[in-house]
Amino acid sequence: MHGKALPYLLLMPATLFLCVFFLYPFALVAFEAFTRDGGFTLDNFRTMTGNWRFPVAFWNTILLATIVVPIQLVMALLMATVVSRLEAGRGAALYIFAIPLGISDLAAGLIWLAIFDQSGFLNTLLSNLGLVDRPVMFLGYQSKLTIFVAVVLAEIWRATAIMMVILVAGMGLIPREYHEAAEVFGASPWKRFVKITLPLLRPSLQTAIILRVILAFEVFAVVAALGGTNLPVLMGETYNWQFSLQDRNVAAAFALLILAISVGLTLFFMRVLRVPKEARI
Amino acid sequence: MSAVAEIPIAAPAARKAGNWLLVATVILLSAWVLLPIYLLIVNALSSPEEVTAFPKRFFPSFDFGSLSFFINFAGVGRALWNSVLVATLTMILSIGFGAPAGYALSRFDFPGKGTFRFLVLMTRAFPLPLLALPLAVMFIRTGLDDTAIGLALVHTTLALPFAVLITFSLFSGIPVELEEAAWTLGCTRLQAFRKVILPLALPGIAASAVFAFTISWNEVFAAAVLTIENRTLTAFLLQSLGESPLYLKFAGGAALVIPALIFIFAVRKYLFAMWGIANR
Repeated sequence: MHGKALPYLLLMPATLFLCVFFLYPFALVAFEAFTRDGGFTLDNFRTMTGNWRFPVAFWNTILLATIVVPIQLVMALLMATVVSRLEAGRGAALYIFAIPLGISDLAAGLIWLAIFDQSGFLNTLLSNLGLVDRPVMFLGYQSKLTIFVAVVLAEIWRATAIMMVILVAGMGLIPREYHEAAEVFGASPWKRFVKITLPLLRPSLQTAIILRVILAFEVFAVVAALGGTNLPVLMGETYNWQFSLQDRNVAAAFALLILAISVGLTLFFMRVLRVPKEARI
Repeated sequence: MSAVAEIPIAAPAARKAGNWLLVATVILLSAWVLLPIYLLIVNALSSPEEVTAFPKRFFPSFDFGSLSFFINFAGVGRALWNSVLVATLTMILSIGFGAPAGYALSRFDFPGKGTFRFLVLMTRAFPLPLLALPLAVMFIRTGLDDTAIGLALVHTTLALPFAVLITFSLFSGIPVELEEAAWTLGCTRLQAFRKVILPLALPGIAASAVFAFTISWNEVFAAAVLTIENRTLTAFLLQSLGESPLYLKFAGGAALVIPALIFIFAVRKYLFAMWGIANR
């Protein structure tokens, strides 16, 4: 076969597919967000930001991301470190920690609903401990704070796995000679972690943080399962505008806003956590 | 990936204490992951009355009332079937498009390689389910709306980048010398690929197929936007969240979770290898 054309031939299907189902709809959504009845306009964005639920949804989403992602980073680092020190049962621990990776956000929401619901396990536990005598309504429309806490817990539970997997893979690439040398010179485990593991883990940390931040802005089904419409988030509002309010253009404006935030944050973290080529292992 | 093993230098007593702490941490973290799943399963294996009862028991009564209600609930069977159908189509499409690209990236150096890699990496920065919004209109025009294949196309956009990255790392792990040896023995490029590379890569390709299946199985937003009559299980559950009884939700949640446990078990070895390369 002609050697020159072959790689392009092999890439063709994937490239065409991504052009039709990634670049083209992206252009369409941008177009829909800026037009209404055929003419260019910013009305869709004005409608979006003018709605009373918009600031609530916007800040809820940001607040969720800023609370959830750092906690996840620490937990994922803990999981990865613990697993890398384990001798027996390493495979089992890795599998258990990775389980939530396969669980959809909707299922995760339902799992935590089983705990936080009025007839759920948390209320049973509290009443068994004698702390409450009647079931508490954790997820009602008046208890925004407990809904928020439940969503935070469900998100941490569900999405720490992806960070853990990325960090474990990254730690596996660090040559063990570094650790051995440091140990010979008497560096404590904590010092080795801070001075060797963390700096060498930077490319993985970058991937993990970017991916997780993006996913945090897509939070949707967890909130839908736990809070219904009592806790507005951006993705849920997009869904509402598309379905309940039947306004494609405003939904597109929401979509474009989420896209812009995601891309902006990706670029930000790529710069902040930049890894020079020569420093990679 | 190699474990970062500890060299025993510290005093035995201190090491022993450290080991206990390590084991305790692992048990605690495992409980954190497993306990919530267990509680959902308890609910799924209880009768509807027990699910809404208070206080409730922490052990299942193995009453299949909730599950049989779920199975017999109108639309569930169809939604389950749609989920399987869409996920299977997604799996075929993403491997069919992704594996050749992964092979090309691992074996050839050519102009435009960087651009393609950038295109694939960019998809990670986009909330892809949102692309279902404009596609809904396009699908109505082309008759793809509310069909399994239409939804599978969107899910393939989600799964394709991962399929490319996994197969890329997979093929990179197979020495090119094996292929070259086959060529000198008279194989054509295609024969060498089919007889030498493919058997070696097949388990990994199967793993990335399962991964694509899982992505589609779990996706909620695009499924809910693009399907009305032919809902997948996630879309069905999402749309009935408001009005459906608790035990239906929990049985549905269990139906979503159980396959996920199996999927992750099937691909556990490849999860870490794949990210090791995909990170760089």
